[in-house]
Amino acid sequence: MADVALQSGKAAKELDRAAALKKFQLPDVAFAALTKGSAIMVLVILGGVILSLVGGSWPALSTFGFGFFTSSSWNPVTDKFGAAAAIYGTIITSLIALLIAVPLGIGIAVFLTERCPASLRRPIGIAVELLAGIPSIIYGIWGLFFFAPFLQQNVQPFLIATLGNVPGIGFLFAGPPYGIGILTAAFVLAVMILPFITSICRDVFETVPPMLKESAYGLGCTTWEVVKNVVIPYTRVGVIGGIMLALGRALGETMAVTFVIGNANRVGGSLLAPGTTISATIANEFTEATGDLYVSSLIALGLILFFITFVVLSCARLLLMRLDQKAGI
Amino acid sequence: MADGYVVSNKYSGRYRGNQIWMSLCMAATFIGLGMLALILGALFWKGFAGLNVAVFTQMTPPPGSSGGLLNPIVGSLIMTVIGVIIGTPLGIMAGTYLAEYGQHSRLASVVRFINDILLSAPSIVIGLFIYELVVRPAGHFSGIAGGLALAIIVIPVVLRTTEDMLRLVPVQLREAAFALGMPRSFVIRRVVYSAAKAGMITGVLLAVARISGETAPLLFTALNNQFFSANINQPMASLPVVIFQFAGSPYKEWQDLAWAGALLITLTVLALSTAARALSTSRKK
Amino acid sequence: MSVAAHPEKVTVRDLKFFYGSNLALKNINLPLYDHKVTAFIGPSGCGKSTLLRVLNRMYDLYPKQRAEGEVLLDGKNILDKNQDLNVLRARIGMVFQKPTPFPMSIYDNIAFGIRLYEDLPKSEMDGRVETALRGAALWEEVKDKLNASGLSLSGGQQQRLCIARSVAVKPDVILFDEPCSALDPISTAKVEELIDELKTRYTIAIVTHNMQQAARVSDYTAFMYLGELIEYDETSRIFTSPKQQQTQDYITGRFG
Repeated sequence: MADVALQSGKAAKELDRAAALKKFQLPDVAFAALTKGSAIMVLVILGGVILSLVGGSWPALSTFGFGFFTSSSWNPVTDKFGAAAAIYGTIITSLIALLIAVPLGIGIAVFLTERCPASLRRPIGIAVELLAGIPSIIYGIWGLFFFAPFLQQNVQPFLIATLGNVPGIGFLFAGPPYGIGILTAAFVLAVMILPFITSICRDVFETVPPMLKESAYGLGCTTWEVVKNVVIPYTRVGVIGGIMLALGRALGETMAVTFVIGNANRVGGSLLAPGTTISATIANEFTEATGDLYVSSLIALGLILFFITFVVLSCARLLLMRLDQKAGI
Repeated sequence: MADGYVVSNKYSGRYRGNQIWMSLCMAATFIGLGMLALILGALFWKGFAGLNVAVFTQMTPPPGSSGGLLNPIVGSLIMTVIGVIIGTPLGIMAGTYLAEYGQHSRLASVVRFINDILLSAPSIVIGLFIYELVVRPAGHFSGIAGGLALAIIVIPVVLRTTEDMLRLVPVQLREAAFALGMPRSFVIRRVVYSAAKAGMITGVLLAVARISGETAPLLFTALNNQFFSANINQPMASLPVVIFQFAGSPYKEWQDLAWAGALLITLTVLALSTAARALSTSRKK
Repeated sequence: MSVAAHPEKVTVRDLKFFYGSNLALKNINLPLYDHKVTAFIGPSGCGKSTLLRVLNRMYDLYPKQRAEGEVLLDGKNILDKNQDLNVLRARIGMVFQKPTPFPMSIYDNIAFGIRLYEDLPKSEMDGRVETALRGAALWEEVKDKLNASGLSLSGGQQQRLCIARSVAVKPDVILFDEPCSALDPISTAKVEELIDELKTRYTIAIVTHNMQQAARVSDYTAFMYLGELIEYDETSRIFTSPKQQQTQDYITGRFG
């Protein structure tokens, strides 16, 4: 008798609990759906970006066809547009910027991990992060008001006089010294991506197991030999991934470049002369653009830029994912 | 070096090589720090020179006369708030999905990948997207369009930090909550979020710091406005765009204002980054 | 502490070692006899690895660590601040607890050390690599895959690769810091056989927390506890009739 009473009492309690929990069920499902929906939103945004770019650039691409990529004319009056100059400028400023920033960044990372006195490590690390946080428009105006005049007066005449006379590459350094131009923009970009490369390299360098480095020291290696033969090969994948991420940033950079690139629509020729990049062209001309073909051409430039950065960033991500997988083993 | 042991001649070459390379690395560090000093020095010098009370109380002036930065400051504040209000919840929710519901799902890995692309995508392209989506159909530029563009930049940053911070919460904490019979959303909201709170706030601070200096996405969404306006359905001024316009002009008053504005942005970004770092280190204690 | 008069390759005299302000080694005095194996035993934290790392001045890599006293290699004090560390480490090699092959091919792992000091034509280098690998009892197992990555070998093979790498630079002394702690029993046996053979050509010091291993491979044993050298003697005597009570207690498993 008592058992039955106990049973039904327990059953009643369980029923209560089930009823209580049921109250939570709807909000629970709603919350889960909300999170999933937000995640899908991210995909929707990317899809939207691609669709709007393709849609907006369709008039231009269908009018000019493949010639859009190879033509370097950019004439709003005659409505003739070609992306070659902008693509050339984008790629060459970014590549030169990498050429400068990668050795510097790796050098700073090596110094911070191998040679720097322990007390200075944190302050210098913070200083590097500070450099990374400065908005790109600051780099732009600094470049315009300080760096470009400095280059024009001190560095460019020197380059013209020396490298400008070297057969074969002399044309790259032909005068006059404008101050602004492709090389200047590349320098400013280099300073911009330097902190990025430095902190990625420093982070991967710190993952090298001390025992591995000690093995190399134990053979009698000098510090540089340990870095060159153990640290860098060990962190090779991470460093390359970091460099590609920096390249992706440099390619898409607008404000640091617009002020000092000179906005001249040309391909090739002297590095000291003005040029243009995709983002600089769009930034300078979009709000003034009249005529559907003009606007559409600018959007087409945006599509090209997005495509280039998408490819570079995807490769970097895949590379770094492979690194994570390797570490997970 | 001489201690009776026969050392091959190679050694002095290696030793010298080491000296050279290590000195180059130290030189690289000096160059990097030097650049920082030059840029910040120039910014503080020109910026403080142009900074006065009028900057905060007067509107942007026509060319050739003096004035202030009131409308761009207010405009930037409004659009930043819009960007954060729209972008943060989406970012947090999506980050929650990646960390709590979708660790092994295909959707989660794809979203993570796409998010990283959006994180580093050229911000000018985001501006083009919003132009096509909002400005063109509406027929005019507006502050809300600018805010939306900023929101799209906020989402990937907040998503990434939210996911990272949520993953750091120990499994045992979650399991203890589940063991009490809590449904999943409650475990997340009541337990995990409060454990990861500091980190998530850090993420929001970093996102705000990031969009404070963004120019490109505002160029053809919010455009600019030389008069004071708080109407988000109209073109709205912002500090970065005003700096862009004024710095490239030949008028001295405009250039001075540009530097002052640049200083204001940089100080804001530095303050936010310092707050974010202080928050994350205090959490570690 | 006088034992049979063998030539002393390394002499440790009044050695003190500090981690920051913490005194980790207290007045150590002992010899490493030429072409003999000396084992260091003791419970965790007794300072045996610390002592080993003084011998090739590995501690120099870390700013808060310093040593006082003398360590004589063939009569010259290597703790002297004018001592060139790279040259020292070419004479005193080290094998670590975990196998640490460099991220290169097997061939390059060995050649790397040799190339630091000598410029050899390929044929001669090939010969040196083979000699080193034979010396580590690894040649037969890897001779067909010298270009494979060092990381593709098993744990025991990797450790023998590290031994071959140390041997290739023709040191006088080889230090082993618990070389078998990460290895299975069969690999451990192979490494111990190797040490027995290596002592005919090199002076060996081995730190081990495995007493049976110390008894198997060494000629002399030093028992350390809490940073002090408690007893040093011929291995056979330490394990059968130790003079100190603490040694007796440790060996019989009373503590540690």
